[in-house]
Amino acid sequence: MAKILVIAEHSGTALNPSTAKTVACATQIEGAEIDLAVLGASVADVAAEAATLAGVSRVLTVERAENDAAIAAILAPQIVALAADYSHVFGPSTAFGKDLMPRVAALLGVNQISDIMSVDGSHHFKRPIYAGNAIVSVEAPADSIVVATVRTASYHAVENGNNAAIESAAVDVDIPTHTRFVELQTGSSDRPDLQSAAKVVSGGRALGSKENFELIYKLADQLGAAVGSSRAAVDAGYVPPETQVGQTGQIIAPDLYIAIGISGAIQHITGIKDAGTIVAINKDEEAPIFEVADIGLVGDLFSLVPELTDGLS
Amino acid sequence: MEKIVVGLKRVVDYNVRVQVKSDGSGVETDGVKMSINPFDEIALEEALRIKERGEATEVIVVSIGPSEAQQQLRTGLAMGADRAILVETESSTDALTVARVFKAIIDRENADLVIFGKQAIDDDNSQTGQMLAAIWGRPQATFASAVSIDGGVAKVTREVDSGLETIEVDLPAVITADLRLNEPRYVKLPDIMKAKKKPLDTMSIAELEVAPAPAVKETEFKPPEGRQRGVMVEDVAGLITALKDKGLV
Repeated sequence: MAKILVIAEHSGTALNPSTAKTVACATQIEGAEIDLAVLGASVADVAAEAATLAGVSRVLTVERAENDAAIAAILAPQIVALAADYSHVFGPSTAFGKDLMPRVAALLGVNQISDIMSVDGSHHFKRPIYAGNAIVSVEAPADSIVVATVRTASYHAVENGNNAAIESAAVDVDIPTHTRFVELQTGSSDRPDLQSAAKVVSGGRALGSKENFELIYKLADQLGAAVGSSRAAVDAGYVPPETQVGQTGQIIAPDLYIAIGISGAIQHITGIKDAGTIVAINKDEEAPIFEVADIGLVGDLFSLVPELTDGLS
Repeated sequence: MEKIVVGLKRVVDYNVRVQVKSDGSGVETDGVKMSINPFDEIALEEALRIKERGEATEVIVVSIGPSEAQQQLRTGLAMGADRAILVETESSTDALTVARVFKAIIDRENADLVIFGKQAIDDDNSQTGQMLAAIWGRPQATFASAVSIDGGVAKVTREVDSGLETIEVDLPAVITADLRLNEPRYVKLPDIMKAKKKPLDTMSIAELEVAPAPAVKETEFKPPEGRQRGVMVEDVAGLITALKDKGLV
């Protein structure tokens, strides 16, 4: 029977929404027993939140001062020690999980399965390659541990309301000192988080300047939406990199995605293809974004977007 | 620091729209333009800049793949790398085996720094750098958008989901390059001529005494389920009505 260890992503005070989606993927493996590992400096609050996730049997906490910032080289040996009792180790396919999980896999002597989008069996999965232009079915070796990241946009978070046991796990391993956290600069934003927002408004190169991006912020604030962007907008310096949506940015699945002045390169589309409703506003009626949009509007964004913002107020 | 090793993967060019073969056995690569993985080009550019600042003495580009990967290595040499190594294999290689091959090369070369792209745009795995750092027992600084070297320490700014994280790592270390680390230089014709004279060694995986890792089998390839084209609305009023009908506003 499968025993799955899910590695929780958290901020030190709250669980990242990616964790409940990773658990959702783990529940797709029939008869699996799922434990959640929370590593941090002081994780009582996070562990209490983790214990509410449906499908989780136990929450294992590993508290030590070195775990304060999530440094892969520090966390990986501790996860390897925990992994001895498990058939699977899953993490989210976010920057946190993409950094950490391959290090865990290599220490365990196995390849990792990246970006699980569907579970076909305990060792059979589907994942996207070539920016989502192809989906490949993969089979992990039956006789070794499965280490994987989960494409969180493919899963809905599990429900709350559980009351799993919380246990402190004793992990006695040497922690390297060769990697040191210096600082984290976050965009000071009161807007919702891009990964978990129900609505996202994204702008592209057609905005033309950082100042003009104000149009996107106003519409986003009117809708209570997060702000996203295309690679072109980030490269042009209109918005910070963490807003980039697509193959090499964030993969998201909001209920509503509004793409403004974004042509819709395949690399961008792969980041939004699981969105509920895609709206596109673009002056070029031939733009590829319209081939995937549920609702399209052709015209000049500089007049349409303010009109839309006003119309919704 | 003396040596920087840079990994260059030969992949289907960024601009090619990849098609799945009708029998589901893979994707069509016959007659398709191949290039250096774009993130690896950024990795190489960063290595060259570190060398040009006088902080390293040699840049070695390494590829694992078919003999045609010599083309990508020659391009790397034309960009400014000092020499190249091709570890030749006709079979597809998994990330952990590739990491083990790099480990063997690093041991031979005594490298101080390894720079990879953060992911290859074919398999989109984003694993090799982290795996190499793991089996090497050295630091990893993934998704780098800024790198500075100060003696035996690299300070690296990383693009993470919540913003920019800065870490310090002791060398030797592995860095993986994100999109905005730099803009790779264009190769000029005289550099292409010069690159033909630079050394390019070829070796096999067996020669490096690398044990292949247990591979994940790829059993079937399919095109993605596409989204359907929706409706076009005439104006903003039409858009608002459509959104209200769906209960989205």
